Amino acid sequence: MNKQSNTYTIIYIIILVVVVGAALAFTAMSLKPLQTDNADADKMKQILASVHIVPEKSEIKSDFNKYITAQFLVNAAGERVEGNAFAVNTASESKMPVADRKMPVYECTINPGDVKYIVPVYGAGLWGPIWGYLAFDSDGSTVYGAYFAHQGETPGLGAEIEKPAFADQFNGLHLIKDNRYLPIAVLKAGQAPLNGEDYVHAISGGTITSNGVSKMIENGLEGYKAFLESLNTQKH
Amino acid sequence: MATDNKNLSALINPLSKDNPVIVQILGICSCLAVTAKLEPAFVMGISVIAVLAFANVIISLLRNTIPTNIRIIVQLVVVAGLVVIVNQLLMAYQYDVSKQLSVFIGLIVTNCILMGRLEAFAMSNKPWPSFLDGIGNGVGYAIILIIVAFFRELLGSGTLWGYQVIPQNWYDHGYANNGLMILPPMALIVVACIIWVHRSYNKDLQE
Repeated sequence: MNKQSNTYTIIYIIILVVVVGAALAFTAMSLKPLQTDNADADKMKQILASVHIVPEKSEIKSDFNKYITAQFLVNAAGERVEGNAFAVNTASESKMPVADRKMPVYECTINPGDVKYIVPVYGAGLWGPIWGYLAFDSDGSTVYGAYFAHQGETPGLGAEIEKPAFADQFNGLHLIKDNRYLPIAVLKAGQAPLNGEDYVHAISGGTITSNGVSKMIENGLEGYKAFLESLNTQKH
Repeated sequence: MATDNKNLSALINPLSKDNPVIVQILGICSCLAVTAKLEPAFVMGISVIAVLAFANVIISLLRNTIPTNIRIIVQLVVVAGLVVIVNQLLMAYQYDVSKQLSVFIGLIVTNCILMGRLEAFAMSNKPWPSFLDGIGNGVGYAIILIIVAFFRELLGSGTLWGYQVIPQNWYDHGYANNGLMILPPMALIVVACIIWVHRSYNKDLQE
């Protein structure tokens, strides 16, 4: 058969594409359960990281079930609504108008009677998405812990947001001061907070990522504003 | 005996005399992207070795059937398929590493070394020498990546493999990390320095 003929070329490429496509489909299908499992375990690990719990790889699931005592959704009015919190896609919820959002809340009990509320936030860095989890004390204002992650920020610069050195700055800051709701800001050295809100220091050389974190917190917590404020009022 | 020598040189030459990065000047782009830290550079090196070796073997097996006018497309399909499979495997078995490398694994497709070796070697050689050529070029690439990452991480962040190696009291006495090392331009300059040193030892490479 003439290997340079059009028929040969077309048949060749069709067979090649079908074979490669089948190989890819097979790999993707057979590895899917493992990958979903990994992704779930990774999400649990990140949620636990916001309350300073770092489990061994094999204990992530059991620790998650042990410490996370309740999961629910809240709407923009701060009311609890029906739904599976763990399955909610924070990314798409964060892009909706605040009034339509149904945001997940994880209730974490580390010591009996000491409840923390963990909420996810999602935003954009310089190169791609960034996300995180903020844990609040039961007063809905004091930050107990924070965890941030990113997809592809510059190593050594923007990527530093995932280091404890950055996230730990949030510990103990307040979201509600004198009954005013003021999202925590990320500011460069020398900048002063606009409305007297609590703030952390930005990463030098990672300005766009730092601004992204600031915007992410502002936008992400907007959906929880009513919920956190009602916690705060109950407490006082 | 002659074939043994030829096989051996397919494996050994790319390490120094015919190094893909510093002599053939291929794959420079990924040298900029993944060398700010040692660990991603290392995993990237391993992934490229694997993809390059397998792609070389597959193309070499197919070499007599591939129609000449679509050979580049065939090579691309094979490479892209392999890269996706590597990515899927990492996601299933090495989730943390795959998260770190996320986009870079996909970028292996665009690595010029792959197309270069497939076109220049695998299309005209038997599978076994092609496999060795793939390993050799992959290792040659990985070595340069690791050398560049070593200097960039040490001077840019004061760490190696994520561990602090510059003692704290240096910082107390006014030592500062060189922020420029983390930025892409310094990767090019480090590569250029390696080429300079390499050529001054290998006079026959000088033009």
